[in-house]
Amino acid sequence: MNNFWIILFHTYINKLKTKSFIITTLLTVLIVLALTNLTNIIAIFDKSGGKENVAVLDETSQLYEPFKKQVSTINKDIKLTLFKGSETEAEEAVEKGNYQGMIQLGLNKENLPLATYKARSIADSSLFTDLQTSLQQLKTMLAASQIHLSPVQLEKLYEPVSFTKIALEKNAKTEEELNQARGIVYVLLFIIYFSVIMYANMIAMEVATEKSSRVMEILISSVSPIKQMFAKIIGIGLLSLTQLAVFLSVGYFSFKQNMESLKEGFLGVYGFGDIPLGTIIYAVIFFILGYFLYATLAAFLGSLVSRIEDVQQMITPMTLLVVAGFMIAMFGLGKPDAPFITVTSFIPFFTPMIMFLRVGMLTIPVWQAVAGIAVLVATIAFLAIFGARVYRGGVLMYGQSNSFKDIKRALQLTKNK
Amino acid sequence: MVLKLEHVTKRFGNFTAVDDLSLVIPEKEMFGFLGANGAGKTTTFRMILGLLDPSGGKITWDGQPIDYSTSHLVGYLPEERGLYPKLKVRDQIVYLARLRGMQKSEALSELISWLDRFKIPEYENKKVEELSKGNQQKIQFIAAVVHKPKLLILDEPFSGLDPVNVEMLKEAVLALKESGATIVFSSHRMEHVEEMCEHLCILHKGRPVVHGTLKEIKRSFGKKNLVIHADFPLNFLKNYPGVVKSKPTMEGIHLQIEGEYIAEKILKEIVSKGFIRKFALEEPSLNDIFIEKVGASYE
Repeated sequence: MNNFWIILFHTYINKLKTKSFIITTLLTVLIVLALTNLTNIIAIFDKSGGKENVAVLDETSQLYEPFKKQVSTINKDIKLTLFKGSETEAEEAVEKGNYQGMIQLGLNKENLPLATYKARSIADSSLFTDLQTSLQQLKTMLAASQIHLSPVQLEKLYEPVSFTKIALEKNAKTEEELNQARGIVYVLLFIIYFSVIMYANMIAMEVATEKSSRVMEILISSVSPIKQMFAKIIGIGLLSLTQLAVFLSVGYFSFKQNMESLKEGFLGVYGFGDIPLGTIIYAVIFFILGYFLYATLAAFLGSLVSRIEDVQQMITPMTLLVVAGFMIAMFGLGKPDAPFITVTSFIPFFTPMIMFLRVGMLTIPVWQAVAGIAVLVATIAFLAIFGARVYRGGVLMYGQSNSFKDIKRALQLTKNK
Repeated sequence: MVLKLEHVTKRFGNFTAVDDLSLVIPEKEMFGFLGANGAGKTTTFRMILGLLDPSGGKITWDGQPIDYSTSHLVGYLPEERGLYPKLKVRDQIVYLARLRGMQKSEALSELISWLDRFKIPEYENKKVEELSKGNQQKIQFIAAVVHKPKLLILDEPFSGLDPVNVEMLKEAVLALKESGATIVFSSHRMEHVEEMCEHLCILHKGRPVVHGTLKEIKRSFGKKNLVIHADFPLNFLKNYPGVVKSKPTMEGIHLQIEGEYIAEKILKEIVSKGFIRKFALEEPSLNDIFIEKVGASYE
């Protein structure tokens, strides 16, 4: 077998076997499972089976029934019970935990409802809000009947205004599509961001470990540094794809299982129902290119340090670039058509995230996406050639070396003159 | 398969690490490189291996430059020992051997025979970081020779080993030479070079100051050592004409003299003075030559 493949599989299999890799993968799988089963998990922890009990002290003895009706239209899980006792008895019952809270209903001078809500703590705002909304509706109904409005008149009054957004540009995404795109782009951006940081780090560490343990000198006497560098980058690239494949397949199947409950839940809002194929393809392209860009950078930075402790310091500027790209992308999620976003999407270090954001959220001309990819590929090629030369000299350089001046020294080492 | 260095020079910026070095290392010979720290030995080795390109001159082996196409014929033991600390000995050696073009099964059987030879077969499945330094060095040595190289470059192979292990490693090196490998090695320890090498070269500040076969070098050096043990004071010999250096010892004196004829004169001079326990004329040791040649240019 060719040396290139030997190094590639050696890197891949050895990393695959490390404890840290197995543990992170398992942990992330657990998180993915937890996220996709969120509704089920919440249900398990809810002792009362999702029902929330509220005691109602009705001083008027006429508000309870209509209020209950209103509440049931808003949230079926709130269970109201008419409490037949004194206020202090009710308070005691709440403190004992028999009820989530109690509500005292009364009428003011104008014969409109008023209420006091008491609970052990008032941290649960959603229950309170539901009760308040119900009571508000009840009040509106009562007030309307006091001024003798017919239900038809009432309906007219409350009918929402008709207001539609229309994008004039052809192929522009509808509001619904945009929301959907935002969700998927958001998640994929996160994946790109974390993978790039994590695996670029892994490469820099790998190179620095070989260098600091001095095994490098034996390696480069049998295989050219350039071959080594790329075998390593691709080996770890395979590792990242393996890990992602595990996450995505676990996520996908778990998601399928819980499809129904999730559609209603928060994930539904982000439109994971159907992901457009184009977005996925672009995500894969930008993920791979982004990985290569930063992996090459990390490999040659890693080749410059002689001690593992210096790796972090050396790759900090690179990490900051990734973070900056991610920040811009986060800003761009809300305003994908800002000129600033358009410009930054052509800066190679930001392209993987920002160009992807743009293709995911907007309908941009194909040439722009292609131009972005071309800029990226050209930068990778440049970095690979330049990086390989630095790598070749860098791996032979020992001693105090953690500044960018060393790039020059490393290049000098490979020169013939 | 002669290794030839022709007018090889290596400069790093303004610093000249190796200066116009020309050597011929015959096949199946053991060649010793001597030199103080920073003399350019490691740089020379790196150039021979093709890790660094010379700034001038050329290096050929059997008429061909050494590059990655011949790397399976070359073995290298770097001065700074380096192995993967977290990897098992077996995985490590097999990986490195495969990179040198060996089959996995072949590498394994070779590894086992080497481990047996070094009497450490139980380390096959241990991680390198769990081994003692001396044992790590044996593993490192195995890594350099497991693929049966034709050209073996050993940078300080015996440093940091106890005498028993030095002997074991020396025997292994000699056996490799017997089996037809050309071996180039460097050392600070003169006696190792003296004992093992036919040819040697003393490098100083990148220049070869002495170069040739051991016998030639000693002969051309001229000076001899004279050891005298006697019952009467010998201090007057310090200033005797023809005595280059002197060092009093408990039992007598050690002298370095310009030639054999001085010894004759001294013997005649002292024979009447009393009882002489020992009068020995010795060849200069490599150590003397080294100190003289390298020390001289320090002044």
